Amino acid sequence: MLTRDTRDPATLPRLLLSLLALALLWPGIHFSELDLGVLLQADSQSEMGRFVSAFWPPAHGEEFLQLLWQATLQTLAIATAGMALALLLAVPASLLASRALSLSAASRGGRPSALGRLLRWPVRGLLIFLRSVPEIVWALLFVRAVGLGPTAGVLAIAITYSGMLGKVYAEIFESVDQRPAHSLLQAGSGRLAAFCYGILPNVAAELLSYTVYRWECAIRASVVMGFVGAGGLGQQIDLSLRMFAGGEVASMLLTFFVLVLFADQISRLLRWRFA
Amino acid sequence: MTLHLNRVSLTHDTGVRALHEVDLHISAGEQVAIIGPSGAGKSSLLNLLATALRPGSGTVEVLGEQAWQLGARQRQRLRARIGLVHQAPPLPPRQRVVTAVLAGKLGQWGFAKSLLSLLHPVDVPGARAALVKLDLGDKLFAQCQQLSGGQLQRVGIARVLYQAPDVLLADEPVSAMDPVLAGHTLSILCRHAREHKVTLVASLHAVELALSNFSRIIGLRDGQILFDLPAADVDHDLLDRLYANEQLQSPPAPVAPLSLQIPRC
Repeated sequence: MLTRDTRDPATLPRLLLSLLALALLWPGIHFSELDLGVLLQADSQSEMGRFVSAFWPPAHGEEFLQLLWQATLQTLAIATAGMALALLLAVPASLLASRALSLSAASRGGRPSALGRLLRWPVRGLLIFLRSVPEIVWALLFVRAVGLGPTAGVLAIAITYSGMLGKVYAEIFESVDQRPAHSLLQAGSGRLAAFCYGILPNVAAELLSYTVYRWECAIRASVVMGFVGAGGLGQQIDLSLRMFAGGEVASMLLTFFVLVLFADQISRLLRWRFA
Repeated sequence: MTLHLNRVSLTHDTGVRALHEVDLHISAGEQVAIIGPSGAGKSSLLNLLATALRPGSGTVEVLGEQAWQLGARQRQRLRARIGLVHQAPPLPPRQRVVTAVLAGKLGQWGFAKSLLSLLHPVDVPGARAALVKLDLGDKLFAQCQQLSGGQLQRVGIARVLYQAPDVLLADEPVSAMDPVLAGHTLSILCRHAREHKVTLVASLHAVELALSNFSRIIGLRDGQILFDLPAADVDHDLLDRLYANEQLQSPPAPVAPLSLQIPRC
């Protein structure tokens, strides 16, 4: 029976949205000049095969492993130091940018006052600027300033990642139940105390998980920056590729696999502990 | 005058008019119950008294201060002297009961002490004393997510008892408890208020609880005060008028469904 009770009012908007998504996807494929057929052509396949076959067997000489160990430690150090510096900026910025600490929102049903929203914009703008410039550009800039070496990588990661961490932290704070913090603010508590007692217990798992994931990303990013001379495993990969030493590249890729696996396990452990 | 509302109106963001030109005076040490049908504005009224909501018009005076003409810092200091028990206390699920109770004093503690208490509870005896009053002494180190709705409500009450405010407001504080426990918990609240000369205002669903525990009853309906009387003067007639519901009185007669079908596909 087709009465008005059986017609879902959401059907039409959903259908239109799906069509819109398809309509936007098609020009996207066109503009990116995506052509999967190239992969199947014989000469490109043999070319790729030659490149990959040079990777076997992975290099495992005594001297090379020593070098690999040093480079791995350096990569870990770059990523960790960069993250630590990024957190120094990201944590205060996220607290400033987030509506979760708004005193006016607590007495206005969750909407901050116009002034509060206005004051949050400069902080959001700063975070947007910090992360909109790719880390490789920062790295190139710092290589010129402080010379070749890990320092440039650390600074580049610190700047870009503080933008990313600050933005996502602020959004995580806003995504959980705000009532515990609001009720504390309404009982006279300060903002930071209300944040620590009302919001932090709910976001701890999410924060840790995202931070570990970003640390993992920082390890990978430090490789890309190694290509422009910012030290670590990336610089070694760059050198090995130039010398056509595929085995060495394979060993280093395996090292990456282990590092990412390691980060993944830490993240799982922390989430299990805090959720 | 501890609590003083003068021609206060409140309209929610959704456009619903919650309160309309309400005048209310409550003296220090009074014990007042607010009753009324669902949606009458009981929670809004309590939130206004707690300075948790800002009125659209009119003035709210709490403990001799015009709450919304103070600076933010002074208002926070005033709020530390007002305790509000929520119907479903908003507590983070993973927070321990002891931390949730100690959070009642955040308005009186400095930030350093608050932070220290998060790492290691600074006043376990104080929190235990508040919980023991409500028969929850054994749940001191449990997580809030392990408690039932009624137990959570009692944790919320324990937090406000620990806060030791001058004005105690309670929004349906015993709604998730069985009748015996509800009566017992309410009498604890009232006794605490009497002993510490605290002004107590509570909204309640159960009319009998309100009449037996409170000396002054306010009937709220459609955002306006229908009556404001001593408990002894509240009779059946008044209660019938308070809870009258035109929509529920006559169940709609089963209308024979029209057997008119227009096939459309």
